[in-house]
Amino acid sequence: MENRPPDSPIDNEEGHSQETRRDFLKHSSLLTAYALSPSSLVNAAEMNGLNPPQADTVSIHIDINGTSRTLHVEPRVTLLDLLREQLDLTGTKKGCDYGQCGACTVHINGIRALACLSFAVMQNGKKITTIEGLAKAEASGSAHLHPMQAAFIKHDGFQCGYCTPGQIMSAVGCIREGHANSDAEIKEYMSGNICRCGAYEGIVEAVKEVKQGGQKV
Amino acid sequence: MNNFQYTQPATPKASIDALVKEPTAQFIAGGTNLIDLMKHGIAAPKTLVDINNLTLRTIEQQGNTLRIGALALNSEVADSKLVLEKQPLLAQALNAGASAQIRNMATVGGNMLQRTRCYYFYDTAMPCNKRQPGSGCGALEGYNRIHAIWGTETALTGRTSSCIAVHPSDMCVALAALDATVLVSGPKGDRRIPFTDFHRLPGDTPQIDTNLDRGELIVAVDIPNNAFAKHVHYLKVRDRNSYAFALVSVAAALDLNGSTIQEARLAMGGVAHKPWRLTEAEKALQGKPATTATFEQAATIAMQGAKAYEHNAFKVKMAPKAIIEALKTAAGLG
Repeated sequence: MENRPPDSPIDNEEGHSQETRRDFLKHSSLLTAYALSPSSLVNAAEMNGLNPPQADTVSIHIDINGTSRTLHVEPRVTLLDLLREQLDLTGTKKGCDYGQCGACTVHINGIRALACLSFAVMQNGKKITTIEGLAKAEASGSAHLHPMQAAFIKHDGFQCGYCTPGQIMSAVGCIREGHANSDAEIKEYMSGNICRCGAYEGIVEAVKEVKQGGQKV
Repeated sequence: MNNFQYTQPATPKASIDALVKEPTAQFIAGGTNLIDLMKHGIAAPKTLVDINNLTLRTIEQQGNTLRIGALALNSEVADSKLVLEKQPLLAQALNAGASAQIRNMATVGGNMLQRTRCYYFYDTAMPCNKRQPGSGCGALEGYNRIHAIWGTETALTGRTSSCIAVHPSDMCVALAALDATVLVSGPKGDRRIPFTDFHRLPGDTPQIDTNLDRGELIVAVDIPNNAFAKHVHYLKVRDRNSYAFALVSVAAALDLNGSTIQEARLAMGGVAHKPWRLTEAEKALQGKPATTATFEQAATIAMQGAKAYEHNAFKVKMAPKAIIEALKTAAGLG
C-alpha cells in the first residue's frame, strides 16, 4: 500500500469516512478533556454549544394542574419522574416505582392512574391533576382544601403521610367511579394503595364521609 | 432503563409496519406490564409503537357476538352494562385482577399479553429459560410454590418442560371458559384465533408465550352469545384478599334448566402456562343435576393429570375444592 500523506482520509474506500487522523485526534482529545473537566467548565462548554449529543427528546404538550406546558422529554422518562424531577411537583410520591403501592396515583384526564407506570411522552395532549392541583382543579366547598383532604385530616387517615397524596387521589377516583357504596367496596377499590402505618380505618371513614356528603368530587 | 425510539402511528397498518421494521420493537398500550419489565431490565425494546391512537376501544353487540376492542380498558369492560348483562363472568374476573388504578390503564389486548409473575423470571440474577432461553430454570428445583400443576410435560417425550411458570391473568381464564375468539391483524392479513389456542404450553420454547406471529396486532375479542349469564362465578384464591395474583382461580358458568345442567364451562388460572380449560369435567357436568355430589365428581375428573412439585402440592388439594365452591356459587347453592 502506498504511504498516505499525513492528513489523508483514514478510510474512504466506500465513502464511509472522510475524517482525517488530525480531526479524529482533535475530537477525541476534546472529549477526554470534557470528561475530566470540573463541572463549572462543563457548564460553560455546554453553554457554548460544545455539549456532547443528547439522547433524543420528544416535545409534548400537557396540562398540569390547570397550567398548559410544553416540555421536552426522553421517551424513557416516566410521568412520575417528570413531575418530581423536572417540575418540582414532589407531592406525588415514589414508593415502589413498580406499580405495587399506589403512592404515585394521579388523575389523567380525570381518571386515577399510576404515574410510575406511565411514560410522559404518552401523555401528550392530556390533562394531569396531582395532589398539588386537586383543590384548585375541583369545585371545592372548602377555601383551601379539597373535601377529601379535609376528611383525611378529620378522620386521621394517615400517620407518616407518605402514602397520603396517592390515597387521596385514589379516594377521589373511587367515588367518581361509583365504587364507594359500602365499607367492603371502598376497601376493595382502594386496595391498590398500600399504607404501612395501617391508617386504613381512618381512610375508609374519610372516603365514606365524602361520599355520603354528596359533594361533587 | 435504555432509551428507545417512540412512535405513535395513526392506523393499524402503520403500527404493524413500524413493528416489523425493528426486530426488538414492541407495541405499547396501557404499559402496566411492559414498563415494569423495562424497569427490571427484562424487556429492552429499541422502539415502542404506541397504539393508543387506534380506534379499537369499542364494546358492542354485533349479531350473536359481543365484540370488545383490544384497547378497551379493563375497568371499562368490567363496568360496561353490556358486559354485565351478557357476560358477567368476564366482569367478575376483571375485577378480581390488579388494582383499580391498573384496571384504569390496562387494556384487554395488553392483559392477554402480560408475562408470568414467576419470581425467577423477574430476578435477572437467576437462570430462567423464559427470560434467557437455555439458561436453566430456577423454579424446577427451587421454591415453586406458585407454579404450574398442569401442562408441564412436553407432548412428544413426556419429560418435564423447561419452564413451570403460570399465566397470571384472571380475565383470560374467563375468556377461555366463554369460548372467546381473538381477532388479529398482521403483515399477512387478518385472522381469528380461538382463545384456548392463543396462549401456548411451554414445551422447550417457554420464551414464546402466545401463538401470535411477529407483527400481529390484537384487534378485538369476540364472545359468542350464551345462556350462562344467570349462573356464573369467578373464584380467586390468593395470599391476601385483594390485589394479589391467584394461587388458583376458577371460572365457572352453568346453563341450568330447573336444576339440570344443560351446559357447563370451567377453566382455571394459576395452574398452567396458559388459562386451563377443563373440558372433560364440563362433559361430566352436562345433563346432570346441579348438586354438590355432581360437582365433586366433576372436580375429581378435572384433577386428572395434575402433577405437583416440591412446594405446590397444596394446589392439587386446593384446586378441586375451589372448583366445587365455584360451581356451587354459580348454581346458587353457595
